[in-house]
Amino acid sequence: MAGSPALSQPTGWRAWLLSPEPHSRWQARLGRFYLGWRSFSKNPLAVIGLAIVLLLILVALFADVIAPYSPIVGGDLRTQRLLPPSETFWLGTDDQARDIFSRIVYGSRITLFVVLLVSIIATPIGLLVGTISGYLGGWVDTVLMRITDIFLAFPRLVLALAFVAALGPGIENAVIAIAITSWPPYARIARAETLMIRNSDFIAAVKLQGASTPRIIFGHVMPLCLSSVIVRVTLDMAGIILTAAGLGFLGLGAQPPSPEWGAMVATGRNYLIDQWWVAAMPGIAIFVVSLGFNLLGDGLRDVLDPKAAK
Amino acid sequence: MASSIANGSGGRDALRFYLTKIVQFVLVLATTLLGLVAVTFLIGRVVPIDPVIAIVGDRAPAHVYERARQELGLDLPLIQQFWIYLKKAVTGDFGNSVLTTNPVMVDIANAFPATFELATLGTLIGTLIGIPLGVLAAVKRGSLLDQFVRFIGLAGYSIPIFWLGLMGLLLFYAKLGWVAGPGRIDVTYSYLYTPVTGIVLVDTAMQGQWDAFWDAVSHIVLPACLLGYFSLAYISRMTRSFMLNELAQEYVIAARVKGLSEMRVIWKHALRNAAVPLVTVIALSYANLLEGSVLTETVFAWPGLGQYITNSLQNADMNAVLGGTLAIGTVFVLLNLVSDLLYRLLDPRTR
Repeated sequence: MAGSPALSQPTGWRAWLLSPEPHSRWQARLGRFYLGWRSFSKNPLAVIGLAIVLLLILVALFADVIAPYSPIVGGDLRTQRLLPPSETFWLGTDDQARDIFSRIVYGSRITLFVVLLVSIIATPIGLLVGTISGYLGGWVDTVLMRITDIFLAFPRLVLALAFVAALGPGIENAVIAIAITSWPPYARIARAETLMIRNSDFIAAVKLQGASTPRIIFGHVMPLCLSSVIVRVTLDMAGIILTAAGLGFLGLGAQPPSPEWGAMVATGRNYLIDQWWVAAMPGIAIFVVSLGFNLLGDGLRDVLDPKAAK
Repeated sequence: MASSIANGSGGRDALRFYLTKIVQFVLVLATTLLGLVAVTFLIGRVVPIDPVIAIVGDRAPAHVYERARQELGLDLPLIQQFWIYLKKAVTGDFGNSVLTTNPVMVDIANAFPATFELATLGTLIGTLIGIPLGVLAAVKRGSLLDQFVRFIGLAGYSIPIFWLGLMGLLLFYAKLGWVAGPGRIDVTYSYLYTPVTGIVLVDTAMQGQWDAFWDAVSHIVLPACLLGYFSLAYISRMTRSFMLNELAQEYVIAARVKGLSEMRVIWKHALRNAAVPLVTVIALSYANLLEGSVLTETVFAWPGLGQYITNSLQNADMNAVLGGTLAIGTVFVLLNLVSDLLYRLLDPRTR
């Protein structure tokens, strides 16, 4: 990350980054990135959000190193079941005598997996539907937007529930179900952006040069829609986490013994009154991580999409 | 409707305008609902459970299997099957629930009032607290209160609703004993009144069963506050941004120059203009609570639509799941439509 040291004196690389006449595309891109980072890092909440998300990624990467115990195999069922938080078990143990802290650490992998996979599936679908619909217009637009509206008409969790019911419970099916319910807003945004870009002069110029429609859509329209869609995806990530956790809580997401946070809360429900930590701890993890994504999304929106920041 | 009268002159054009608008709305509604039915139909077709085997058992001879398949209409082309499904759906026939053996529609009609009661109370709480909070946050921009509202909003978008419900039960029911536990009403009271509207608070109050009424209140208070919080988080945040928008307008300066009191400027002039988009926001948050109700009802054992769907899910009762999904989807669409219509009715600029 660029930025922190010596902001006062414009050293060589800073002058290079901020140069008004960049010599290569790379320099221009890095310069834009640097400017964006400067305004992003002025927002303390956004930086906290970024820190939380980075922490999540690190924890997921180094789960084996961080977790002191196995997330699946518990300890002694006679003596180590449902222990309160202590020095040996930082967040207590659950009904299978498993260390809750270790389970939460490993659970971060599942959370990250779900968020990444859903965004990777849903973003291209939304972009494709939105740009094609907006650029072509006419009946294609009508049909695609009607389909989008139909998917928007279902409450997200309820539609995901129905899909999981049909596909069968499991983490992969939960990902598919959430992805199917996530793309419509992205399509809407991409369409709105495309409608503005479509009539601009540079598109007309490209058209006169003889570029084909797919080339214009993929090469010229889509890249320009990307930033607002990405902002929306980031803002949605907290929602994706919450939906996945909700499915897990209902027993439709990751199946036991996998340490999915929502499913862990569901287990803790049986021991709520006397062993509150079993349900409380994974819930706090969900809260912190979705808060992180929300803060990051807000910050990114202010940087990438100044129109929406009010 | 009211506006066409207000227009006076050109009433006929206005009427024509509204008629085309209404036709458009009906068309949009029809295609959306058709789409909803199609989606649930397709979901029902990809179920890995073979409905024929579920009926005849997996050791049935081939001709019995084939006969049952024909009786269920599964040998027909997909489009024909959809047509039959659609015709049944229009008349409210979604088949019988395996779990309760009632027609799905009857189950839905029984469960809906409970969800309606909870979501309405939640929206009421969210609106009554959320709007003043949002207005104050906008007026005192950057103050401690503003930060507080911002925090409430962020937390509302980040806390898992089912977890907050469990923690609420732990604190207010198990530890403090301030409210009653899961369920709608204690069994001892449930025979004291006859369900008329299906809304317990209304039924008990109408029949003068005040003990039962207060018991129902202590049951609903926690889940309603929970849903209210999530609606408040959304409503206060939107109110704040609408109010900031309005307070920057010139008519606010004009009102101040005229010497109106600050109270009047804020609550009468600015809020009145912010109220138009707020109606949409409230309708949307109402629709969102339907979604939140799936998880909340599971946590609080609330016998509404959400719990009906999850219970049926756990028993692979597809008729009930799809019927319930379609019911929630329809209410969702209608609420969106109502909010859209209200917006057009209230905001003269959209005419």
